[in-house]
Amino acid sequence: MSFQPVKFYQTGTFTVGNRLLPPEERSVQSDSKRFNSINSGHRACQGCGEALGARYAIDAAMEAADGRIIAANATGCLEVFSTPYPETSWQIPWIHSLFGNTAAVATGIAAALKVKGKTGTRVVAQGGDGGTTDIGFGCLSGMFERNDDVLYICYDNGGYMNTGVQRSSATPAAARTSTTPAVGAEPGNVFGQGKFLPAIAMAHDIPYVATATVADLRDLEAKVTRAMEIRGARYIHILVPCPLGWGTASHDTIRMARLAKETGIFPVFEAEHGEIKSVLAIRRPLPVEDYLRPQKRYAHLFGKQPRIDVIAHLQAQADRNIRKYGLQARKGGH
Amino acid sequence: MLKQMEGSRAVAEAVALCRPEVICAYPISPQTHIVEALGEMVKEGALASCEFINVESEFAAMSVAIGASAAGARSYTATASQGLLYMAEAVFNAAGLGLPIVMTVANRAIGAPINIWNDHSDALSQRDSGWLQLFAETNQEALDLHIQAFRLAEELSLPIMVCMDGFILTHAFERVDMPTQEQVDAYLPAYSPRQVLDPDEPVSIGAMVGPEAFMEVRYLAHAKQMEALKLIPAYAAEFKAVFGRDSGGLMHTYRSEDAETIIVAMGSVLGTIKDTVDEMRDSGHRIGVLGITCFRPFPVAAVADALRQAKRFVVLEKSMAIGLGGILAVNVRMAVTGMGLKGYTVVAGLGGRAITMKSLHALFRQGEKDELEPVTFLDLDWKAVNKQLEREKAHRRSGPVAEALLRDVGIVGARNY
Ligand SMILES: Cc1ncc(C[n+]2csc(CCOP(=O)(O)OP(=O)(O)O)c2C)c(N)n1
Ligand code: SF4
Ligand SMILES: [Mg+2]
Repeated sequence: MSFQPVKFYQTGTFTVGNRLLPPEERSVQSDSKRFNSINSGHRACQGCGEALGARYAIDAAMEAADGRIIAANATGCLEVFSTPYPETSWQIPWIHSLFGNTAAVATGIAAALKVKGKTGTRVVAQGGDGGTTDIGFGCLSGMFERNDDVLYICYDNGGYMNTGVQRSSATPAAARTSTTPAVGAEPGNVFGQGKFLPAIAMAHDIPYVATATVADLRDLEAKVTRAMEIRGARYIHILVPCPLGWGTASHDTIRMARLAKETGIFPVFEAEHGEIKSVLAIRRPLPVEDYLRPQKRYAHLFGKQPRIDVIAHLQAQADRNIRKYGLQARKGGH
Repeated sequence: MLKQMEGSRAVAEAVALCRPEVICAYPISPQTHIVEALGEMVKEGALASCEFINVESEFAAMSVAIGASAAGARSYTATASQGLLYMAEAVFNAAGLGLPIVMTVANRAIGAPINIWNDHSDALSQRDSGWLQLFAETNQEALDLHIQAFRLAEELSLPIMVCMDGFILTHAFERVDMPTQEQVDAYLPAYSPRQVLDPDEPVSIGAMVGPEAFMEVRYLAHAKQMEALKLIPAYAAEFKAVFGRDSGGLMHTYRSEDAETIIVAMGSVLGTIKDTVDEMRDSGHRIGVLGITCFRPFPVAAVADALRQAKRFVVLEKSMAIGLGGILAVNVRMAVTGMGLKGYTVVAGLGGRAITMKSLHALFRQGEKDELEPVTFLDLDWKAVNKQLEREKAHRRSGPVAEALLRDVGIVGARNY
């Protein structure tokens, strides 16, 4: 590929100017020879963050493994929209077994590769937040605990989207889902429930845990690349907005992911052996309201009588994240 | 080589001779000795190029086997009872994906009430999962069936359960003829998968299939099992040629040529049944035995042939279709449809209840005279049952059933008389 010379300088934007970088530092996605591991033509909704996240992550993993990746996939949107047979989007060897066993299937693949001496081929497991934090959690924890040579990627869209937007243990508080409807005195998902799986993954002392969003392509790719340098159990949790489930515009997927990070709602960091090694600091601090308001799943907070109390509660959660992970905006920017 | 050893050890050594590449295990009695032995062989290096994975559940065990098998490794696991049910979703999945995993089921009852002893409820609960199911009569056959199972599974690209009676076989020390590595290598070729996850030839496995093709995929699974009906006897014959033993096959008949009454059963109880039949033959009874080795696929035509000459059959099974009667019996009845045979179902030995020759003598004599009920529960303690039924009539809050029965029966520990 020929590289364009720098034509202009962008300011005031979050997009990463690939053209400003030397070729070897450019993103995997910017390369016209990228693997396109999950090819176009799949049936995801317009603006699906999960489709984007998978594309970014698996292409980066493919780049790191010289094109030798085998993927195990949990039941869920990614599985369904990518394999409407006789069409499949996957350009890599790919298996879907069940909803709750993906980590274990990946362990089996890794064991087979090890025993056959094919250690150059790497294994990635992937699933939605439901398949990861709920039904697949036992298998995932087992895989972590044995430190099996698997990179597990969770695409977190905050609910069981494939079955019609039900609550999972990764659904944020106050969010409306079809099983936490926006009715009654405390509409939406309950406060004080749910779990943040990256922290639980860290508690397993596995070599690598990271979070990322689809808003930061370079960060996401760097984390996948870093994960691929390591052997053993690795976990990357990617926030992937879902236009259908969140009630957001298709063109706002990246914006929503960025707002989640900039408001402190979703901490972006990486950890090795249970210790946080780096965080992506907030660049321009914003109130959580900016993140909540565009989403129909929070519409009940902004009705005739806005639920200032609930919004304040969510702001307190974000502030706690900011303190806990040290996400404060740094002077002089990124 | 002739050896005296525990059934579990014999199976473990046979599995090791089959050169498995990935073994995953989760402990449950009475399967544990098998996987413990294999784990030790892997750890001490006796079983070269094999990965042994201690998983966190049976669901994971089967799932690891699925992944390993799909990536081209010969995969093995073992379980029983609650463990088999815990992995059920993955059991169906392995069959649906057509992955030739071999699994030992050390047959044990299913709770509640929790019970560790032998019956066939566990394996039979998975009879429609798409797995082939072979039942061993002796430790020798259990050992031999595993060797045949790998060959058969990999040829058909279907998973196989080798079922052996928990404790009765798994924990019994008996003489077995342990084959040599050369013999097994001569019989069992290296695994050449029909489908494999390979970056050099990427395929997608496990796509969603809608109404347009689902029936056909299912039918093909059935067709493959029908194919197995031919392969199983052929492989048993080849086995005999290499190892010099009759083992496996679809079924075994015993003294049934001129029999008017044929007892049908599976597993180790066939030994007791044959001994009883021998004694009855000595006193002139025309009685014989049909031992089913292959429960899935069910050898409909062969069973019909074996029963054709008889006047009646009595299915004695260690399983129960609650609300109907027998499971094996229903299958046998299917085979003899339209043949005008009298058939009786006997549910026996549930949860490890001993099946004695004394009881069998009485039962078979009743059967010969057509005095059996359509469904008989062998050696059921009617007094205890009726007492509980009365209690339930008398009190709304009659309490938990199992505990009330234990109190009435008044015996601590397993009653194995
Ligand atoms: C054992 C089992 N339970 C339930 C389902 C139904 N089911 C399929 S996909 C899905 C939701 C998936 O949610 P998630 O893992 O978050 O992925 P998403 O679709 O949101 O990407 C559910 C509940 C199933 N397939 N298997
Ligand atoms: S429902 Fe959400 S996650 Fe599923 S395809 Fe649509 S946008 Fe993607
Ligand atoms: Mg989800």
